Parts: sequence; C-alpha cells; structure tokens
Amino acid sequence: MSTFRFEVLVSLKPGLLDPQGKAVESALPPMGWTNVSGVRVGKHIRLDVEAPDEATALAQVQEMATRLLSNPVIEDFEVSEVAPA
Amino acid sequence: MTVRTPRVGVITFPGSLDDRDALRAVATMGGEGVPLWHDSRDLLGVDAVVLPGGFSYGDYLRCGAIAARAPLMEELRAFAERGGPVLGICNGFQILCETGLLPGALIRNASLRFICRDVWLRVETSQTAVTRDLAPGETIEIPIKHGEGQWVATPEQLARVEGEGLVVFRYSSHDGVVDDAHNPNGATHGIAGVRNEAGNVVGLMPHPEHAVDPDVGPTGGQPIFASLLESALARTGA
Repeated sequence: MSTFRFEVLVSLKPGLLDPQGKAVESALPPMGWTNVSGVRVGKHIRLDVEAPDEATALAQVQEMATRLLSNPVIEDFEVSEVAPA
Repeated sequence: MTVRTPRVGVITFPGSLDDRDALRAVATMGGEGVPLWHDSRDLLGVDAVVLPGGFSYGDYLRCGAIAARAPLMEELRAFAERGGPVLGICNGFQILCETGLLPGALIRNASLRFICRDVWLRVETSQTAVTRDLAPGETIEIPIKHGEGQWVATPEQLARVEGEGLVVFRYSSHDGVVDDAHNPNGATHGIAGVRNEAGNVVGLMPHPEHAVDPDVGPTGGQPIFASLLESALARTGA
C-alpha cells in the first residue's frame, strides 16, 4: 500500500450567486484594487489516501467528492494528485 | 375507546438547537415527543420524525452535510420510503436536501445577513403530511432565523418542483402576494418549503415549532404540527 495525496477544489456552479465572492469583491476597491471582478470563493480540501495504486486512490477520491465533499446541486469539483509534503 | 397518542421522534445531532422546542411543540399539540439520538440506529418505533433546526456539526463543509450521513439517517431514509411522515425545519430542511430526500439546496441568504423575524407564508398544497389542515392560498405567520436559507435548485429540479406541485410554502405578504419585497433570503420563486413526490417528507426554513404558543408570538405552526400528528395517527391506523 502507498499513500497518495490529493487536492479537491470545490466551487459554486457558475450560474449561482456567490455571496462570499460578492463580499470579497466589494471589499477590494476600498483597498485600492478597483480592477477586480469575477471573484468566486470555493473550498480546498486536501486528503492523504492509502491505496494499492494511484488509480484506485483517485477513483475513491472522485467518489468522496461526489458523495460528500461537494453537493452536485450547487457545486462543481476538480480532483488533482499532488506531491506529498 | 381510547385514541392513541401519536409518538413523534425528534432527532438531536451535535449542534442541534431547537430539538427541545420541537419536542415541546409536539406535546403542546397533543402528541408525545420522543428524543432520538443521531448516533443510534433505532427510531424507537415512532409514528413521525422531526429534524430540528440548529447548526449540526457546526455547519462544517455545508449546512447539514455531515448530519445527512449520520447513522440514524439510514433508518430515517427507510422510514421515509415506507411513507413515514418526516418534517425538516431549517437545519433539518438543509439535512433532508443533503440526503437527497428533498430536491434543491440551501445557500447563504442573498443579503449576506442572518435574518431573524416573523414572516408570512402562502400554503401551496394541502397534499402533504404537514399541511392537511391547511388550504392552498391560505397564509400563516411563522418566524425565520437563518443565515443560509436561500433555496436553489438545478434547472431540471426547478422545472420538476414547479411542474409537479412540490412547492409547499412560499414567502408572501399577509394576503398571499409572492414578490421580491416579501422574499427575505432571495429563495428561487420565493420557495420556503418543498415536499417529496409522495408528500410524506416536507422541509421548510421557517420555524413552526416556535409558533404554537399564543403567549410568545404567532401561531402559524399550530396547523403544521396538528397535521403532522394526524398524519402520524393515520399511518398507524389508530
């Protein structure tokens, strides 16, 4: 068995209002950044998964992302493998 | 001949806040409240179940997401599929959406603010376990208190919810006008509560359990709990 490290990026679906992104975006201009738009706030989830091989670990993370880490009604996700620290 | 008292379970999760109020509302309306614990696998033979409001698991990840995977929720799903009456209130509604027992999801209020006040709801259907004592078009007053109560859905879900009459309550004026001015949280089509196809599972953001005692506020929750108790009795044939 080996340990594989993954990152899951969860973001609100494009059509949905992102109130957190809106709040961040409105806080930037008073600080001098008047050139920013399209701010979206998402989640970054890191996991270390023990599995016989990378493909097995990846498949498990995909399922975790579908069944718990994201809500398919409102969110999209991306899974990527990263080098362990 | 004695009429059996319906037993209504109220599930407590870590971070539930309104479980005691829900138990009290059940008792006030003539039922027996039965405390249930999220980490058990036993619904203790209750006739109906309430998922109360609060901040289960600190609302970590998403509101209701962790609670939706609690051990007792597998039993609840089976109970719901057998036709058992289930009412999810606020966080309980969020949990039911996270389990997929109800369509849609709840996201942060469009105003970004936590809202705590009384609102009016227009009843859209009496074909549910919690609105049998109400008529479509009737309005009831109930408090809301939530930061993440904006109901949203995929375009496919929304079409199904509206097309199949799965909307149970909409935010409205006192006389039943549904518009932006009476929509507290930006919910799609002013939707405050929805049901499943069979009508035995209902979730809503407002708090009927806080609206049964005329000494402390509006009483719009009374017909909801009365309906729930009738549904519980009808199911057991008592």
